Amino acid sequence: MDGSLNMLGYGLATVGPGLAVGLIFAAYINGVARQPEAQGRLQPIAILGFALAEALAIIGIALAFVL
Amino acid sequence: MSAIAMTAIPTEGFTPPGPGDFNLPPIGHSEGTAPTFEFLGQTMYWGVTKPMVQLALSVVLIFTFFYLASRHRAMVPGKLQYVGETAYGFVRNGLARDTIGSHDFMRFVPYLVALFFFILVNNYFGLIPGIQFPTFSRAGMAYALAALSWVVYNYVGMRKHGVGGYLKLQTVPSGVRGVVLLLLVPLEFFSNILVRPVTLALRLFANMFAGHMLLILFALGGEYLLLHTTGLTPVAGVLSFVMFMGVSVLEMLVMALQAYVFVLLTSMYIAGALADEH
Repeated sequence: MDGSLNMLGYGLATVGPGLAVGLIFAAYINGVARQPEAQGRLQPIAILGFALAEALAIIGIALAFVL
Repeated sequence: MSAIAMTAIPTEGFTPPGPGDFNLPPIGHSEGTAPTFEFLGQTMYWGVTKPMVQLALSVVLIFTFFYLASRHRAMVPGKLQYVGETAYGFVRNGLARDTIGSHDFMRFVPYLVALFFFILVNNYFGLIPGIQFPTFSRAGMAYALAALSWVVYNYVGMRKHGVGGYLKLQTVPSGVRGVVLLLLVPLEFFSNILVRPVTLALRLFANMFAGHMLLILFALGGEYLLLHTTGLTPVAGVLSFVMFMGVSVLEMLVMALQAYVFVLLTSMYIAGALADEH
């Protein structure tokens, strides 16, 4: 089997953003469970946080292909 | 278990999918005969490719839908008008008004609604049988969209605050004085002006690219395991097709989410550019 070591490194690197996305949604679910009427306000914030944390994984995959 | 299964599979005949699978030759040509040209040291195809046709098709589809939905406007909406109004209202109220604020948002609603449905339809082309190619899995398409958003939010910011005032708003954090500014101003400029459009484009592109690559991998891998191996490994091929369906469902979610995130971030950048100095 052959393959690129970059992709292996990228796989390891996704642990960080993966944890971050998990933490963000954990906080969001917690918030909604405590105060269900706040869902409308929390949802865009949660999705924004998710998108920003995910950007790290995205930059990672771009670099994995480029390097 | 997987390690044992791996040793039993001969991998010589299987070519895994790569980024090259996304570089489709122009319509009417095959890979060898297509005319090419050199651009920035890279060889590129010369002609109309499938994603280009999809862009035009998506515009026709969206225009037709909203035209039909708004043709016979009535106080009590019919089914089509109701769907059209819900779709428009989702972007207008849920995205534009909530982030930009009720004073300024109406100016940007046409752009944001068009942007949202343009990205949504082009993403869903990745799952529609017969097309099955998300347009934004070609990076150039995503870069162009992000450049458009970049121009829009910088332009409205500069018109409201003037060039100097806008740059000050974007690069000088409030409440910071002295030497720290020397460090922070270039950093903020880098992050707010230069990196924003790149991450905006790469987020859309990489999600579509990675998702579609995953689908190709499970489809090709399943086909190979099912038809070209013997013993117990065809079972893994069936599993691979089950995974294919699961990832397809996940992709449906991701496609809608990425359209939402792109428009949400665009409207947030516009809101940031229009914000009053603090």
